[in-house]
Amino acid sequence: MSSMRDLINADRKAEVWRRLETVTDPELDEPVTQLEFVTRADVDAENRVHIEFRLPTYWCAANFSFLMADDMRNAVKDLPWVADVSIVLGEHMYADKINAGLARGLNFQETFGAEADSDLDELRRTFLLKAFQRRQAALLAHLIGAGRNAAGLVEMTLGELVELEIDDAGARLRRRYIERRPTVSDSLATSRAFVDADGDPLQAETLSTYVRTLRRVDVNAEFNSALCRGLLHARFDTETPLSTKNGRRSDESRVSAQDM
Amino acid sequence: MYRTANGEEIFVIDGHTHFWDGSPANQKNIHGKQFIECFYAYHSNLSPPSEKWTLEKFSKYDAKTMHDDLFVHGYDDMAILQPTYLGDFYKHGFNTTERNAAMKKSHPERFILNSAFDPRDGTKGLEALHENCEKYHPKGVKLYTAEWKGDSKGYKLTDKESYKFLEAAQKYGIKNVHVHKGPTILPLNRDAFDVADIDDVATSFQDLNFIVEHCGLPRLDDFCWIATQETNVYGGLAVVLPFIHTRPGYFGHVMAELLFWIGPDKILYGSDYGIWTPKWLIDKFMAFEIPEEETKETGSVLTLETKKKILGLNAARLYGIDVEAQKKKIEAAGGYAHLAESVHAPE
Repeated sequence: MSSMRDLINADRKAEVWRRLETVTDPELDEPVTQLEFVTRADVDAENRVHIEFRLPTYWCAANFSFLMADDMRNAVKDLPWVADVSIVLGEHMYADKINAGLARGLNFQETFGAEADSDLDELRRTFLLKAFQRRQAALLAHLIGAGRNAAGLVEMTLGELVELEIDDAGARLRRRYIERRPTVSDSLATSRAFVDADGDPLQAETLSTYVRTLRRVDVNAEFNSALCRGLLHARFDTETPLSTKNGRRSDESRVSAQDM
Repeated sequence: MYRTANGEEIFVIDGHTHFWDGSPANQKNIHGKQFIECFYAYHSNLSPPSEKWTLEKFSKYDAKTMHDDLFVHGYDDMAILQPTYLGDFYKHGFNTTERNAAMKKSHPERFILNSAFDPRDGTKGLEALHENCEKYHPKGVKLYTAEWKGDSKGYKLTDKESYKFLEAAQKYGIKNVHVHKGPTILPLNRDAFDVADIDDVATSFQDLNFIVEHCGLPRLDDFCWIATQETNVYGGLAVVLPFIHTRPGYFGHVMAELLFWIGPDKILYGSDYGIWTPKWLIDKFMAFEIPEEETKETGSVLTLETKKKILGLNAARLYGIDVEAQKKKIEAAGGYAHLAESVHAPE
């Protein structure tokens, strides 16, 4: 029989997973949970959250790894009952360094010192903008395909976009787009629904060229996404969390910088 | 040699091959192990199941296996050997010019031997480059801007030292500079695979050709922009081409974009052997057509003429290969004996 504590814990665990679903891989613009990066999210008796994650290769960029860990911590730590959040990255060439930095609450710059030469906020913004463009291109292509004319689209307000009669696929694209719309500029009901990455309005005459250009961002992301999923699958037995294909626990081969 | 159903012969130059040793005996540290395993993940992820090797075979294959995979089972007529040193990961280097030179020596009519340099090696590096050029007369170099060296986790072509090396290389007869710009890996946030530095050096060194390996993916947009601006920038299809099997729609889209932006004269085939093998890549490539909706949007079509350019004629032009004369040399060395009876047609 489950105790009250177990029930609360199960609830809290589910709450943590829901929060983690809001964290995306910056380059792929997909939730880290859906990408199967997160291998563990537990809550202990002292209300401490323990998260473990892994990445498709040993060489995945350290800045992205750190950024995802940081985003996961931020997504979870504001839950009112959380006492502490520990995040551990497995089998990565900088695992020790990143894990030590995370455990001590250091930021990326402090963790890597001179090797890191630009700040994470800028990187985060660059990729939020790419995600905005990608989601916008998908929605615009969908609306144009459904017969909406260019003049109507560039004049449309956010309020009107929200009210628009749209099929299920379109509604999903709209939800994703509106989520990223504030990255660029104020998103009031009266704001233009579609603006470029600088927040400037789009032009009806050039709309199709604009969408075409944005699709290249999409090609890049798709390349990464296909590759990363494949590499993760090739590297890990995705049925068994944190195990490599040959069954060895991944944390046994963790590396320190001294091995170099 | 690839023969179409009509008996037309297509001369194939593989722009990107390796003769490496990633075996445990040669690994210097855990990074060497992880490096070859990461390559292997690319191999096993993107190859058709029937073409998959064991990790053991993949880590170190012998010269005969490579020769037969490229020229007997595969359709390559010639292959460019691109060195990758990785001296910090492997005791005797991963894939050095010396190792490749032995390969070329046994089949001189088949291989084009490229050299390499690292601008962080200073005067000693310049001397080694000079010596290499005197000894092997390479027409190309392979640069790996994200390679580790001591505390450095990469360099840029725009570094002052890089200019010195490029000037020297040009003086020693180098024409073609292959630069690895591929999927994001190390180092940190100083992105050594960023393609922006190509733009700068391509303008400064108008007589050199810059072949951006892997087309700068996942930065296809940046690459296309640069390659459109600069007449001496080319795209290498290694790593891009195998997507033809796992994601043909995506491959079609990339080809349509490349043809639209940089055109058929600036795209080079490369298998990236031993990550992938020429036989299946070229079978699929010859049978491939760009999907109609992509053609509608970009006007790009993969005609037989375009395929011939990508598979061999573009590289022949860059490396000064006279195709007809080369065929005679290969024929004289018995290189086409296996073709006597068979006619290769796409699946």
